[in-house]
Amino acid sequence: MGLFGFIMQHPQLVTQADRSKSSASTSSVSTFPKRVKIVEVGPRDGLQNEKNIVPTSVKIRMIDMLSEAGLPVIEATSFVSPKWVPQMADHIEVLKGIQKFPGINYPVLTPNFKGFQAAVAAGAKEVSIFGAASELFTRKNINCSIDESLQRFDQVLKAAQAAGIPVRGYVSCVLGCPYEGKISPAKVAEVSKKMYSMGCYEISLGDTIGVGTPGIMKDMLSAVMHEVPVAALAVHCHDTYGQALANTLMALQNHKPKERITCSGISGSRQLGGLEGPALSALAPTVTALSPSFRLQMGVSVVDASVAGLGGCPYAQGASGNLATEDLVYMLEGLGIHTGVNFQKLLEAGTFICQALNRKTSSKVAQATCKL
Amino acid sequence: MATMRGSLRQRLVGLASVRAASTSSVSTFPKRVKIVEVGPRDGLQNEKNIVPTSVKIRMIDMLSEAGLPVIEATSFVSPKWVPQMADHIEVLKGIQKFPGINYPVLTPNFKGFQAAVAAGAKEVSIFGAASELFTRKNINCSIDESLQRFDQVLKAAQAAGIPVRGYVSCVLGCPYEGKISPAKVAEVSKKMYSMGCYEISLGDTIGVGTPGIMKDMLSAVMHEVPVAALAVHCHDTYGQALANTLMALQGVNFQKLLEAGTFICQALNRKTSSKVAQATCKL
Repeated sequence: MGLFGFIMQHPQLVTQADRSKSSASTSSVSTFPKRVKIVEVGPRDGLQNEKNIVPTSVKIRMIDMLSEAGLPVIEATSFVSPKWVPQMADHIEVLKGIQKFPGINYPVLTPNFKGFQAAVAAGAKEVSIFGAASELFTRKNINCSIDESLQRFDQVLKAAQAAGIPVRGYVSCVLGCPYEGKISPAKVAEVSKKMYSMGCYEISLGDTIGVGTPGIMKDMLSAVMHEVPVAALAVHCHDTYGQALANTLMALQNHKPKERITCSGISGSRQLGGLEGPALSALAPTVTALSPSFRLQMGVSVVDASVAGLGGCPYAQGASGNLATEDLVYMLEGLGIHTGVNFQKLLEAGTFICQALNRKTSSKVAQATCKL
Repeated sequence: MATMRGSLRQRLVGLASVRAASTSSVSTFPKRVKIVEVGPRDGLQNEKNIVPTSVKIRMIDMLSEAGLPVIEATSFVSPKWVPQMADHIEVLKGIQKFPGINYPVLTPNFKGFQAAVAAGAKEVSIFGAASELFTRKNINCSIDESLQRFDQVLKAAQAAGIPVRGYVSCVLGCPYEGKISPAKVAEVSKKMYSMGCYEISLGDTIGVGTPGIMKDMLSAVMHEVPVAALAVHCHDTYGQALANTLMALQGVNFQKLLEAGTFICQALNRKTSSKVAQATCKL
């Protein structure tokens, strides 16, 4: 039995019906969202950090294959000056050349108003902008403060709103900065809140240099969720220190909050302050309305990932880059979480781009399943 | 780049220790984790190139210097089966035995056990599996028969005062059987524990597990074996190892569960319906 044949028989990769059966057999109360939206950043964040320039036709084919794999959001390119990012020089041709599947969004990065205008002219229906949780990182990268960087985007956000174009906001360095080191959760919350109130429909929280660990992720999210609704949050984990999937898992989980349990007006609930199983069901009939202190901190349900784990790290030579979409989907499918992704087609897209880049995949799943 | 990396490393070390103290949420993790280093055995065993004995010894000595509390040094298996481990006697005799560090060795049968003891072993490991087909294909017998074969080892080890660690393979999936029932893992673990293993290491041998499956499996096993006697051994074949390990570490914090139950019952002025709480609560 070939490797791939084995995988397709495997419990983690079975049909929807079997998957729901196995997730139904999980004995504990569900601690995960039922669905996760995957934002595929391979064509932009991934390729941007690859040494070899990829021909336009290859980029277009890669994106089309990702669309066929059913990824709901695919960040197609970046309307940045070719002087800064040569890999993205063909942004107009790429955006115009890709097939626009119905139901799939193709946001493009716009680092400034000029890029925004060019993106709209080329047919962009959604754009992304970047902020950071670190003053020093912002200073070193674009020579201004965080506040100044956000002011520069104000023009973009106003124009986008007038044109009915949704804007996604990225916050970099949320779990650590190559210059500042430790980043306070309060700062991440402050920047996220600003960008959300300026009009971003979603905030993607990026562990840009991959230094975070699950406890830090949890603390950061706790702070941000006080300012931005969890449904508007995404996590974007880098795998530089091998922590990406563990950090993502932590972000997805519902958590018991810190506050002391108070007893005013408690009600029947299947999620009583983290209690599970027999003890919970024993108490449930006699408990009434939930006080806020009992409510769980709901998990994030949007995750950024890059096919084949593309993209290195500009701050750590030779280190790995983004969380590999294949490895993420493998975990989500195993947890019984719906992604809408066709795993086989996703693997094919990863194989395709790695051959084109003449590099090995960074996805463990792809390594385990693909024969070349 | 080199300077940044150096200062980054310093900041990271500081970051990790400060953050650990400042975690604001209720801790769901154990305060301490014992790491069992299996590189010299499980790791090298699967490497193509034969490593010279002196290199193995140096590797283990460096791991001892790194402070790992348990380092599985080698395997007393026939060189015919595992050429990499042919130098098991020299390795066990050649390594520095740091006080406070254990150096278990794998013993696939009684002959291996005797050789290990003769070479100075103070702790041994034995292997079982949660899959009948896997056991059949590997050593041509059933799980029960394989455990019976170890009975001689366990009895001799007990007589000699040598602790035995038990491994259970394929706990989250089997290359032949596919899905493995948590109940089966619990059954095999319970058997090995009751036969005298002081610890059971639950191995996702082919790395196919995901966190939900890990949690289900552990829930079942924890009904039969005390959690303090359990270890997880995750393979990273599908990139899931750290996530699965994280889930295993989180577990159900049973003590906190009991405390929460007691608190709410006092607040509600009623008795718990939890038999566990009734049995453990002191009034």
